Amino acid sequence: MKRRRSAEKRFRVYGLISVLFGLLCLVVLFGDILSKGLAAFSQTVIRTEVVLDADYLGLNKNSSSDEIRAANFEGLLKNHFKEMVQPDGRKERRQLYSMISAGAAWQLIEAVQANPGLIGQAVTFDLIADDDVDQWLKHDRGVEGINTRMSEVQIAWMESWIEQGMLTTRFNTLFFTNGDSREPELAGIHGAIKGTFLTLLVTFLLSFPIGVAAAIYLEEFAPKNRITEIVEININNLAAVPSITFGLLGLAIFINIFGVSRSTPLVGGLVLTLMTLPTIIISGRAAIKAVPPSIREAAFGLGASKVQVVFHHVLPLALPGMLTGTIIGMAQALGETAPLLMIGMIAFVVDVPGFINDPSTVLPVQIFLWSDSPERAFTERTSGAIIVLLGFLVVMNTAAVMLRRRLERRW
Amino acid sequence: MNYSSLIIVVLILLGAGYLLGRNRARAIAGQGVKLHSLPTHYGALVALWTGLPPLLLLLLWALAEGPVVDHLLVAQLPEAVQQGSSADIQLAISKVHNLASAAGVGAVAELQPAVEHLVALESRANILHSGVVLSLALLGVAVTWRRVQPQLRARSEVEGIVRKLLFASSGIAVLTTLGILASVLFEAWMFFGKVSVFEFLFGTSWSPQIALRADQSGSSGSFGAVPLFAGTLLISAIAMFIAVPIGLMSAIYLSEYASPRVRSYAKPALEILAGIPTVVYGFFAALTVAPVIRSIGASWGLEVSSESALAAGLVMGVMIIPFVSSLSDDVINAVPQSLRDGSYGLGATRSETVRQVVIPAALPGIVGAVMLAVSRAIGETMIVAMAAGLAANLTLNPLDSVTTVTVQIVTLLVGDQEFDSPKTLAAFALGLVLFLVTLVLNYVALKIVQKYREQYD
Repeated sequence: MKRRRSAEKRFRVYGLISVLFGLLCLVVLFGDILSKGLAAFSQTVIRTEVVLDADYLGLNKNSSSDEIRAANFEGLLKNHFKEMVQPDGRKERRQLYSMISAGAAWQLIEAVQANPGLIGQAVTFDLIADDDVDQWLKHDRGVEGINTRMSEVQIAWMESWIEQGMLTTRFNTLFFTNGDSREPELAGIHGAIKGTFLTLLVTFLLSFPIGVAAAIYLEEFAPKNRITEIVEININNLAAVPSITFGLLGLAIFINIFGVSRSTPLVGGLVLTLMTLPTIIISGRAAIKAVPPSIREAAFGLGASKVQVVFHHVLPLALPGMLTGTIIGMAQALGETAPLLMIGMIAFVVDVPGFINDPSTVLPVQIFLWSDSPERAFTERTSGAIIVLLGFLVVMNTAAVMLRRRLERRW
Repeated sequence: MNYSSLIIVVLILLGAGYLLGRNRARAIAGQGVKLHSLPTHYGALVALWTGLPPLLLLLLWALAEGPVVDHLLVAQLPEAVQQGSSADIQLAISKVHNLASAAGVGAVAELQPAVEHLVALESRANILHSGVVLSLALLGVAVTWRRVQPQLRARSEVEGIVRKLLFASSGIAVLTTLGILASVLFEAWMFFGKVSVFEFLFGTSWSPQIALRADQSGSSGSFGAVPLFAGTLLISAIAMFIAVPIGLMSAIYLSEYASPRVRSYAKPALEILAGIPTVVYGFFAALTVAPVIRSIGASWGLEVSSESALAAGLVMGVMIIPFVSSLSDDVINAVPQSLRDGSYGLGATRSETVRQVVIPAALPGIVGAVMLAVSRAIGETMIVAMAAGLAANLTLNPLDSVTTVTVQIVTLLVGDQEFDSPKTLAAFALGLVLFLVTLVLNYVALKIVQKYREQYD
């Protein structure tokens, strides 16, 4: 008896351990991503007063936008920093210049384009620092024996800048307003978010009506015969087919046969539509099934036709459930990566897409692309993008749960 | 007019058609004549006949225009190009397209006639499709509007069309399956024309890189897929080794032991694991788990590859836990309470009841769940693409780097590709194998689960 009791206890503990292991994995995963990614939301800048020398730039207050763009702001910045820290020799000069991002000159250009009156004045700018400076300030400063990419001279400069309050961090707005870039400090997720939005828009516009229509047909109209059975088996199978095969279909049929252009939200949305349809159909059918037959019988009793019963009575009652299923399907589509790689959404796209036929990338693919980049700063940005992606998913799933709670009706 | 503005115009006409039809029906009803259907049915009928035919035509047109235009262009290309291979023709045609849209390509004299022809064709096609679509829509309005008469059975006709539309929507799922099959079968067929099926399925050397020139070494590439199958199975086996015991024990604990309160929190929390995008797992596997495994291995004096099968398999196992647990949870809950009560009545403890009564009773369902999980593991792409390697090693050592079917499909198809090289076609052949294997697994598993559910209903 004692042995049986202890066996009982052991079994129970095994079960508890399994559940706890699953939860532990969840905590570790989130903790890991958060600890790596939160730093991506702050950015290191160098605050300095730059004299916008009219003679050096060859500009005056009436210069046009194009003239401003062509002016040598990069040289101006180099001179500015050269005078400020007085580097010794060519090698140090090169090290100094490498500490400022290539985007810093663009900050000046944009400021002057917005207000040509600044030319000739001394203006204070928060110049973007290079990603190596950024990483040093966030992670390496004051840590003994770490293998940093910065030389001793550079570290000395940075320490003196910090003393003068020049080197600070601020909220990383660029991360949300820029497209992709080869420079980690300039890379942002605006393009990816816009691409994701357009792709999901196409997916929703196609999959929701088609999915609802298919669910209605199968649940209300389909005769019980072979064909219906085949359709049903098909849908259940499609829900479990590896997502990558949908990518193969998109490549072979949409792109090669129908000539839809690659890398666009349009073709991405088409592929994701086929992928999410089974989810929407299955949840839609469950929602229709949950509407009690008494509603249908009452409507029939009042002389409504079959189509009228379905569209005027069953569908409005089943719609909340269908919407919940659709949101869950959309959340799946949002996280999907593999089929989109096949149809060329992996391209390096700097521009923010404007419409569904512009080349673009999506958030998960952007994560995949960045995770391949060797720079340390990109790891941080990848985690940052993952946090944003998970944020979207949490919002969508919470919306689905709330919708279900609020609109759930007990019969 | 481009497609989007045409669609908008057709939609406006559709709305107008609805109003026209409804108003005409109302006017007739106002004269005291009894209509067969409600006025809105007449409106809907006019709207359907206005909108559907032009939109369908537009869809077909959009699909067919590209290939037809290209076909017409070939005749305008220089003789030398026309004699060349199909790849040359493709290249010339895409050049002509770029020239016509002036996308930063310098003018090429010998392609000029084709460019002009293309511009002329495009403007002609534009006028043609705009004209045809708009006149079709207007014709729809006019004809159906005239048909609005008291004895017209508008409701039956509208409902008939709606039923057909609903049927067509459900047919898309079948078309998708056929589309997947057709695309992989066709390209795989071409692949097997170049590489024998036997070599593909049983060869043990995989190096799909094909040299540019025929006289370079390794010019033919070799397509023996056994290392890929072995790698896929190895990683899936590791994943199942994690997921099956943990998922099953979690399901048992949550359905047999846990209080409703614990269950209501723990179950959704576990299911979050299933909702995390696979690319996130891949990142986690490649940047966190793999280095940890490596350093643990190093401290034991083991040689661990930085892209070990173990890292990918472990993380994939974690991903599949909720899949196994929620499916087996359903199955365990379907076991009737009377079986448990009978067991308790004979003096069995809970764990004995679970092990000797519930599990055997639920076994077919659990097997089905595990099969679905295996098919999931085989088809998983992102985790292996990021955490497993590219080297096609034929090994059973989980610390080594292996590659899988899905990784190879991704690497072969990402980037520039030409559609007649065996390298690209090989990806489709792998896709065919993957699709068939998962299809069989899913089909059998679904059948088992279904049959089992019916048994206790």
